[in-house]
Amino acid sequence: MIARLSSPNIQLNELGKLHHFLTLEGLKQHHLIEILDTTKSFINPNTNEIKKVPLLRGKSIMNLFFEPSTRTRTTFEIAEKRLSADISSLDIQTSATKKGESLLDTLWNLQAMQADMFVIRHAQSGAAQFFAQHVAPHVHVLNAGDGQHAHPTQAMLDMFTIRKHKGDIFDLKIAIVGDVLHSRVVRSQIQALSILEAREIRVVGPKTLMPENPEALGVHIYHDMEEGIAGVDVIIMVRLQNERMTSALIPSEKEFFKLYGLTEERLALAKPDAIVMHPGPINRGVEIESMVADGSQSVILEQVTYGIAVRMAVMSIIMSNAAQLSQYKAEQVAQTEQDRLQEENA
Amino acid sequence: MRLAISNGRVIDPAQNIDQISNLYLSRGKIAGIGEQSPEGFSADKEIDATGKWILPGLVDLQARLGEPGSHYAGSIASETKAAVAGGITSICCPPDTAPVNDSQAVTELLQRRARQAATAFVMPIGALTQALKGERLSSIYALKQAGCVALSQANQPIQNALTLKNALEYTASHDIVVMLRCEDSQLKNQGVAHSGMVSTRMGLPEIPPSAETSALARDLILVEETGIRAHFSQLSCARSVEMIADAKKRGLPITCDVAIHQLHLTEMDVLGFNSLFHVTPPLRSMQDREALLNGLKTGVIDAIVSDHTPIHKDDKLLPFGESLPGISGLETLLPLLLKLVNDYGLDLMTAIRSVTHNPASILGIHTGSLNQNQSADFCILDPNGYWTLDPEKMVSEGKNTPFKGWEFIGTIEQTFFQGRPVYRNPTLPK
Repeated sequence: MIARLSSPNIQLNELGKLHHFLTLEGLKQHHLIEILDTTKSFINPNTNEIKKVPLLRGKSIMNLFFEPSTRTRTTFEIAEKRLSADISSLDIQTSATKKGESLLDTLWNLQAMQADMFVIRHAQSGAAQFFAQHVAPHVHVLNAGDGQHAHPTQAMLDMFTIRKHKGDIFDLKIAIVGDVLHSRVVRSQIQALSILEAREIRVVGPKTLMPENPEALGVHIYHDMEEGIAGVDVIIMVRLQNERMTSALIPSEKEFFKLYGLTEERLALAKPDAIVMHPGPINRGVEIESMVADGSQSVILEQVTYGIAVRMAVMSIIMSNAAQLSQYKAEQVAQTEQDRLQEENA
Repeated sequence: MRLAISNGRVIDPAQNIDQISNLYLSRGKIAGIGEQSPEGFSADKEIDATGKWILPGLVDLQARLGEPGSHYAGSIASETKAAVAGGITSICCPPDTAPVNDSQAVTELLQRRARQAATAFVMPIGALTQALKGERLSSIYALKQAGCVALSQANQPIQNALTLKNALEYTASHDIVVMLRCEDSQLKNQGVAHSGMVSTRMGLPEIPPSAETSALARDLILVEETGIRAHFSQLSCARSVEMIADAKKRGLPITCDVAIHQLHLTEMDVLGFNSLFHVTPPLRSMQDREALLNGLKTGVIDAIVSDHTPIHKDDKLLPFGESLPGISGLETLLPLLLKLVNDYGLDLMTAIRSVTHNPASILGIHTGSLNQNQSADFCILDPNGYWTLDPEKMVSEGKNTPFKGWEFIGTIEQTFFQGRPVYRNPTLPK
């Protein structure tokens, strides 16, 4: 085979810092730790309240949702407001038959309205990267979910939640239960857990909802729920979508719950202090029993709160990286000028 | 006009010739090959081809020419020019035009445009079913009479087994080859990438190999039952090669082809979501690629095609799954084939046969050879010429190539069609 270099990581700038936030793949531990630490700084440790800060004052953020979303979009909007940014949100109905020209024209038009950052959700895997490749160099793209590819801010808020309750992630066993195959959230969670060197990542579910090549993701597959969650520190339940039934991947919600639903009895198989997570919205009685969802080990609602802080962290890091980069470039120019003058004098 | 091309290495798999010799042309036909000119032949002009190769003009079983319709970039005039720049002088164009080539009128339009362009031999392939819908049969007799050399469904295989069986049975008595691309649309399930390591990592909707192999199994059984001469187009899976080999062993009258890009690229190239690598069928695993190459070496795979699909820039400037699949491939067919010879131990004669004599035999036509009295279609190639592919310099209106920046050894210097020079490499001195 002819060796071909994979495309460079376009989400990093010349200084190796985040310029866009598209996927967790290819990021280093320090990138993730910086996000988690910054997230922490936005949350009042006593009240869990999130402060309003002027970090993005005068910056313009546009939320482009090519696919409907309520939860993610709302938390992004709240995060942007708490950072004092100017925001506008657009629902853009798009069809597969639309020409690329008009899709990019839409983007460039919005860019001409002085946008500094786009938050994008799109039904196609790779869409965020596509937009990042075509925006102006000073504009940032933040992926709010692209097809079945990635949902990095969701994964980061999950990491934050785990870290808050369990401390360092490297010693933990984590089980992710449900539709792994079609989930962008799970793909990003697995990448985050791998980068943070979790001790063991398990995915649990029927064969039809599991990837055919688990080795590509570096996970262990379990088809038996009891075995899969035995002794784990964290259980992440994934939402089961209706279309999985209509496309004959599983017979019924009832059977799914019988096999993989998280009940109190099953939860008892995990470590006694295990936490239960769910990216929401939850289907009570399908993935999870109400007793468990509302129980003492559940951290589901906390996740939502942290979702705001994590998004604030990512946006503020990206903007401060941009400032740092322009300062660095200015210094370089000054240095070159100084060198030139010195040479002239000599 | 009588022309002598002297001292070149003449390679013609149809006659099993590979020797330093002279090629003589007279009135657009091959007058002969040999040390001595044919009796009574005196050349008006001589071209010295010392150190060069002389190959029969290539026969491409699948290339879209952009007409009729605006779905694809280019026109018959522009794309036949691109073909001869790639040494290809006979081209089959699939019926997925707009309107679909399911009628005498469209077939005749294609032929008329090709005659006006007068750059290469264009052979329309008729649609097996009306509008390629896979429901009602096209007027197969009329299409054949109008000059269609084969029938196919392009990239819209018939899903209904009974319809396919009837189509094959009806066609069996018309002595025309049916080209089948095998794909079960339900198993494909709107997928855009091979189901493997890469699709799992990238979250791209998957097309399992079974989408091809299960349809191939069905089609082989129906071909056997109806006794029709069938050609299987653009295989992509290792298992398909085995199935074709088995069927050939059993004596079925079948042949098959592979698109040249499948022999160079794999699913790994899709990492990074570059829409230039979006093709139908999808780029598959390394093992599949190896098996296809092996199938070519062992003769299971008869022909290599460009599967040329010139696409407007805007139709590739989209997220991977929304972009139009296809590669502008006319100008890279021969270069990529020679790369297999240089880098992967493919026998030169086998390589050239797969793009000349074999595809011509599949169609039952006489081009693709340097036989006496055949149309003088050939190209002169400098086997040591080194060049790098720059999409902007491509002749085709479609600049959609994933091979940008690839380095090639072997430059096509001149191409002749019916004895006339139709292409001269711009890098040659005037």
